[in-house]
Amino acid sequence: MERAAAYENDLINLKATELRLGLPGTDESEKQSSRNNKRSSSEMDNSCEKDEQECAPAPKAQVVGWPPVRSYRKNVLHQKNESDLSGMFVKVSMDGAPYLRKIDLKVYKNYQDLLKALENMFKCSIGVYSEREGYNGSEFAPTYEDKDGDWMLVGDVPWDMFITSCKRLRIMKGSEAKGLGCL
Amino acid sequence: MQTDPNPKKSKDSPSNSANTESTQLPSPFPDEVLEKVLSFLNSDKDRSSVSLVCKDWYNAERWTRTKLFIGNCYSVSPEIVARRFSKIKSVTLKGKPRFSDFNLVPQNWGADVHYWLTMFANVYPFLEELRLKRMTVSDESLELLATAFPGFRALSLMSCDGFSTDGLKAIATHCRNLTELDIQDTDIDDFSGGWLSCFPENFGSLEVLNFASLDSEVNFDALERLVSRCKSLRVLKVNKSITLDQLQRLLLRAPQLMELGTGSFQEDLLPGQIGDLGNAFGNCKNLQTLSGLWEVTSIYLPVLYAACASLTFLNLSYAALRSVEFGNLLAHCPNLRRLWVLDTVEDKGLEAVGSSCPLLEELRVFPADPYDQHLHRGVTESGFVAVSRGCSKLHYVLYFCWQMTNAAVATIVQNCPNFTHFRLCIMNPGRPDYLTNEPMDEAFGAVVKTCTKLQRLSVSGLLTDLTFEYIGKYAKNLETLSVAFAGSSDRAMQFVLEGCPKLRKLEIRDCPFGNAALLSGLEKYETMRSLWMSSCNVTINACRRLAREMPRLNVEVMKDKESDDSQADKVYVYRSVAGPRKDAPPFVLTL
Repeated sequence: MERAAAYENDLINLKATELRLGLPGTDESEKQSSRNNKRSSSEMDNSCEKDEQECAPAPKAQVVGWPPVRSYRKNVLHQKNESDLSGMFVKVSMDGAPYLRKIDLKVYKNYQDLLKALENMFKCSIGVYSEREGYNGSEFAPTYEDKDGDWMLVGDVPWDMFITSCKRLRIMKGSEAKGLGCL
Repeated sequence: MQTDPNPKKSKDSPSNSANTESTQLPSPFPDEVLEKVLSFLNSDKDRSSVSLVCKDWYNAERWTRTKLFIGNCYSVSPEIVARRFSKIKSVTLKGKPRFSDFNLVPQNWGADVHYWLTMFANVYPFLEELRLKRMTVSDESLELLATAFPGFRALSLMSCDGFSTDGLKAIATHCRNLTELDIQDTDIDDFSGGWLSCFPENFGSLEVLNFASLDSEVNFDALERLVSRCKSLRVLKVNKSITLDQLQRLLLRAPQLMELGTGSFQEDLLPGQIGDLGNAFGNCKNLQTLSGLWEVTSIYLPVLYAACASLTFLNLSYAALRSVEFGNLLAHCPNLRRLWVLDTVEDKGLEAVGSSCPLLEELRVFPADPYDQHLHRGVTESGFVAVSRGCSKLHYVLYFCWQMTNAAVATIVQNCPNFTHFRLCIMNPGRPDYLTNEPMDEAFGAVVKTCTKLQRLSVSGLLTDLTFEYIGKYAKNLETLSVAFAGSSDRAMQFVLEGCPKLRKLEIRDCPFGNAALLSGLEKYETMRSLWMSSCNVTINACRRLAREMPRLNVEVMKDKESDDSQADKVYVYRSVAGPRKDAPPFVLTL
């Protein structure tokens, strides 16, 4: 057990050298994540969707070039996996932005992830969802077009239902979205 | 440097050649004899040793060298090469650092072959072979190659970029004596498969044709006729557009094939067709290598069985097989020396490897889903152990997994002490021994202590400086070391630089190694081909200092946009007699 304690110390020291077992991008590592070119990793809360697979420990953001699998090989395998892991790409527009973006909804695990990613992508602040007020008080509100063609506020329905019914996203100016929020 | 391996016994008769203006004793035998003798030397290392003996030998060697190998295209310049050698017929050039395979090197970094080709066109118009790895090759270059070298025979492009199928058209159209066209692992602009139809109708000299990494459909009739005409064809690797039915017809035309890469196996065949395909494979008595097999399913695997008896290399890395069908296939391949698989075969599949392939020397297990962060399927340490138990001749392994233990690795190297290449990739960075929660130091310690012939090592998992202390102390034959997300301090890198006399390539990413580590290797780097360090703790000033103190090293730095000004995010250091390169793009600082 002494060895375990010694290794504990090593592990703590390792924190200082920014090698983590946990998710990067949580405490100091603004610097780290930019240095390592990690994809925008959002802060995931530790509670996970119950109906997803087993609650895994905090999943890591994807690091450039890791695992070291060559790109031509990745492409082939990606094609292979398409049937069970096809991406769910939807367009995202933001009022006032000159062009649209596309994101893959399958990459995100919950609303928090998605909103964080949208905030990063468009450099805006979306704020916190509340069932009663929607995104009242924030500058922007995320909305989506569902299968029926209706514009809905993001956050009302369970995540899994959302990703299957969402056809496109639009980040509306808060003032416009007010109507959607209070019902 | 190495001493001359085998000086010829000196005869007593003095040299009667007018050319020997040696300041030392006159050569004991004529230049012509020396040159004739040296012309038998093929190994570059031997030739290098020979050239260091004395001026006469240096000259005799350079006049007789026909094969040029340049492991780093920037270590020497075309001018220097042209001055020294006059009879080059075959060139191998390697360009970008290996981490460019993993998107760590931006586009347009360099390693463009064109300048080399224009020099070759002037100085070596009789060039016959060109083999490039990680170089940028434009269509213009391919056109030059096709038209400026009338005797050109063999083109091999591995992990190259920058060209399109238009360039291939030029090769097919103009190279009358082409014996080899080998395109591997390449992501190019594939406009159409029409290039294949550009081989003239009377052209029949191909021995090697590999277009497996191209996507677009080729004209099958043209291909079939080409294959029929090329009686010496021994390697044929087609792309996914070739169907099973077409494959069968090709096999009937070329039963002499030694290496076959199939097309896609995803097709609904009638039972009669399956039988025909099986027979076609059965006809191939000389098959040693089998690859391709995209989307092959268990129903079709049996068609391969008849061809498997002589197989020595089976590449299933594009076939997501499960353990049962994989095991059944392996039972027919008793002579396998090299095996590449996907981890979909799981540990059970690897147990089958252990029991069916006693002659196995090389195993590579690739991850089917490298980004699978939740389920972590694939292989574990027990699969690796199972292989090591049954395959005592194993000396090359590349193994991707999600978990490993120190004890397992210790067992593995005890079973297989002859590893020359040990590349273990535990896919979550910094993962400890999952049973004991300790670092994986003892695992790699066991590897370097036991495997004295180890030439190449890739480490992973949670590693402290102790791993590197072991490497420095024991890995005396190590030539290539790859490190990621490992080590605790500068000492780690210093252990390696101080302790590994044969180190040639050191590539490091995301490790806490800083300036002290970088600068501890000053003279060492001149004995190596190259050093790569990315996402470590090195500053530009330290790189400048390195460049200042070691003028025969090229020190190149690339910065990430978001990092602060003093950080050297990507550092590439390599020895060169050509000075800093003149073609560096703006994002590469040549210090």
